[in-house]
Amino acid sequence: MNLILISALWGVVMMFSGLFIKSRTAAKTVAVAGAVALLIGNIFDLSGKMIISSDFKGMLQYERFGLIFLTVLVIALLVYLLLSGDEVMAVGKHPYEYFALIFFIMSGAGLVALFNNLLILFIGIEIISIPLYILTASDKRNLKGNEAALKYFLMGSFSTGIMLLGIAFLYGGSGSFRVENIAVAANESYMIFTVIGIVMIMIALAFKVSAAPFHFWTPDVYDGAPTVFTSFMATIVKVAVFIGFLNLFANGFAGMTGKWQLTISIIIALTLFIGNITAVYQQSVKRMLAYSSIAQAGFMMFSVFAINDLAKQGLLLYAAAYSLATIGIFAILSKMKDYTFDGFNGFAKKQPVLAFVLAVCFFSLAGIPATAGFFAKYYVLAAAVKAGAYLWLIIFAVLMAAVSVYYYFRVIQAMYFKDGEGQEIAVTPAFKAIMVVVAVLIIALGLLPNLLTNFLTLY
Amino acid sequence: MTALLLILIPLIGGLAAFFLKEEKQAKSWSLIVSLAALAVMVYTLLSGNPANKVYSAEWLLQLGSSFSLLMDGMSAVLCLLTVIAYPIIFITTWSSKYTSSNSFYGLMLLTMAGLLGVFLAADGLLFYFFWELALIPVYFLCSKWGGEKRIAVTFKFFIYTFVGSLLMLVGFIWLYFQTPDASFSMQSLYAVKLSTAQQAWLFWLFFIAFAIKMPVFPFHTWQPDTYEQSPTAVTMVLSALMVKMGLFAVVRWLIPLFPAGSFEFSNIVIGLSVAGMIYASILAMQQDDLKRLIAYSSIAHIGLMSASLFTLNESALQGAMIQFFSHGVNVLGMWVVVELIERQFGTRKISELGGLAQKAQGLSILLVIVALANVALPLTNAFVGEFLMFNGLFKFNVWFAAIGGLSIILSAVYTLRMIQKVFYGNTNELTAKAVDISWFEKAGLIVIVAFIFVLGVFPKPVFALVNDTVTTILGIFK
Repeated sequence: MNLILISALWGVVMMFSGLFIKSRTAAKTVAVAGAVALLIGNIFDLSGKMIISSDFKGMLQYERFGLIFLTVLVIALLVYLLLSGDEVMAVGKHPYEYFALIFFIMSGAGLVALFNNLLILFIGIEIISIPLYILTASDKRNLKGNEAALKYFLMGSFSTGIMLLGIAFLYGGSGSFRVENIAVAANESYMIFTVIGIVMIMIALAFKVSAAPFHFWTPDVYDGAPTVFTSFMATIVKVAVFIGFLNLFANGFAGMTGKWQLTISIIIALTLFIGNITAVYQQSVKRMLAYSSIAQAGFMMFSVFAINDLAKQGLLLYAAAYSLATIGIFAILSKMKDYTFDGFNGFAKKQPVLAFVLAVCFFSLAGIPATAGFFAKYYVLAAAVKAGAYLWLIIFAVLMAAVSVYYYFRVIQAMYFKDGEGQEIAVTPAFKAIMVVVAVLIIALGLLPNLLTNFLTLY
Repeated sequence: MTALLLILIPLIGGLAAFFLKEEKQAKSWSLIVSLAALAVMVYTLLSGNPANKVYSAEWLLQLGSSFSLLMDGMSAVLCLLTVIAYPIIFITTWSSKYTSSNSFYGLMLLTMAGLLGVFLAADGLLFYFFWELALIPVYFLCSKWGGEKRIAVTFKFFIYTFVGSLLMLVGFIWLYFQTPDASFSMQSLYAVKLSTAQQAWLFWLFFIAFAIKMPVFPFHTWQPDTYEQSPTAVTMVLSALMVKMGLFAVVRWLIPLFPAGSFEFSNIVIGLSVAGMIYASILAMQQDDLKRLIAYSSIAHIGLMSASLFTLNESALQGAMIQFFSHGVNVLGMWVVVELIERQFGTRKISELGGLAQKAQGLSILLVIVALANVALPLTNAFVGEFLMFNGLFKFNVWFAAIGGLSIILSAVYTLRMIQKVFYGNTNELTAKAVDISWFEKAGLIVIVAFIFVLGVFPKPVFALVNDTVTTILGIFK
């Protein structure tokens, strides 16, 4: 609860700071302070010391998994603000507002991670979505951004409608909004309502995490939005929705896997196929990362398919691995002028340290052993095998992982093996230091994933 | 315990090499590191203390995977080959120049660590880890220091092997859930009881991974290009050591895990291998580039070894394992000669060379011996292995042995033709100014030649080493 409260309050604080603090550059400092406050609040959450400890008549549940997940999100936010805070301020005239919106989104993420009632899930998802529409259009003079925001808004509202309808159907089937009641009522009559409800919610959430065939907005929005906000959307926001997705299915629909696992399997296969194959053909690294985020969503969907303990550990690791790597890559990308693959030519000569960190990030996304990405993929695939996934699906997934190597390694090839001058980018020593920390974290999790997964069982 | 040291020395040495500034330093450092590994290996073999050959530490308790190493006879042979090959590679390529040489030597040593890890791992997940980790530095080595088409060619090689290893990973995950104690340890995985149908599809998941690495026809298409484009020092690692990963994995993992599958599909695998032998030999006869010639000849030799492993009889298994070592040494010798020729004349084209014997006698004598070992002439080390392998193949199926035997004749054709064109005949403008090789390059080759003769006459030490592995494998089928 601390995290939800603090992030909502800090959003307001940020907005008023904009009125009273004249210095533009102070915005980043205030935001980083806010992220640290969130982290501290979250740690108190974990030890059970909350400002308000009520669960509001079962609206929320303070499950350890959700809380640990939020820790990962907050750390990712901190890294994001430290690395890309300057770019956030450079987007437009209202730096404080952008940070405020980011904090509101974190509050929504807190609700989605801890909900125990479909209404809270709905509110959480909406709190996440609406600021995103604004952030997408934050560069007011950029037509591409405006177009993206409008598209995003129209399609997003549509999916929200479907979600609401799904919730209504579930209510019709069980007579309750509470997740555990849905599970209890599922075996009785009105089954058809429940199944329709599940499918509709699945569609709406698949839209939010950009799973195929509901992914069409993703490339345009990710490409059109300012690069710093693409980074935020593709990482923290996406994995935040996944925790809601997994929790809902694990707590609510575990008893009737027969009704929805096949549908999820098809969504996974489509997502992996479309995301990976389309990413291969991209010429811009930013657009490639948009498709790659679709592809990665396909792997994260395996955890929703499996809904067992391994899946929870897997999603946790995946959130950490994927967010760290993607934030790191975008942090450098947003400092560059040329977004094409050729723009990276000769980067290793110019910036050997940053090139190394980027290489580690891409290795992690590709799932090469000794990086966090390997164990993330390993856990979700193992969870799916344990849950009895179709073998063809698993084999298809690893083949698609091999395809992903193709486009991730194009950047590494450009950096290390191709001749070029390398773009000038302005970096401070602090930026470099944080990037190195990111690389160290990725490698540490790649050697000992239990550094993170142990927290789930540790008290 | 020393088994762990064997991996740690090149790993730490390799990481340290990145921080060295000068080329000379990097070269001497990597030579020292590789010699240290050799010393540790020799100590492990001579000490006779079985505790030295195993190591186990906690790693991923929740996943049922531990950091456990085991050096049985076959892995001892391959580790020995690795630690012998590396100093020879460093010595014979001493005069070669590499840009940013500290990274080059660092990556070479990291590859060594990965290879030794693969040969020692006694845990499924750890094995997969090293299997991939050996590949990454090689990818950088070939892509950065290779020939003109290096980037595309190396990439093909990387994706090819990556696909294979991911299939293997799926197999491992599936097997893991069948173990009673949820463990990746070798014993638990061996103990899994599988139906014939399950063994059938799992066999292929693993076999494709290993077949790509060896490579077995028709998964070999990455190999000639990669060998040609890589810097020769890396080609030596690839063809003397890295291809052994595939063969090794067949014996350590594939056959014990899926005995019924291995038995059921032995005809197909041997058929593919024999077809590859003939196909590669015919292609080798038509090559003008020395590197491509040796690459194809290597496919033929590997084909024979993989065919022998699947005959599952004592003679062929023994032969294959001694040939692991012999082929490694011999092919290393061939590459050394190519490297020396290319460095001196700037070309590898057979048609542009000739008459070298008149000018560079030391090189010629040593090459002819290595080449004859490549043909498996009696008294050379390769003869022992090939004789046993054909003997085993003959017991398995006469036709396979007969067709495979043709490759011996073909190998004599292309090898002798190469010797004739490169070393005899008249000198041309390019080779008229040839000079003999330096003393340390000679020393490297003499070591190789010594192995060729000693093991050709007295192969018993290697037999003694691999005996336990052969017995284990045959024990599965009793």
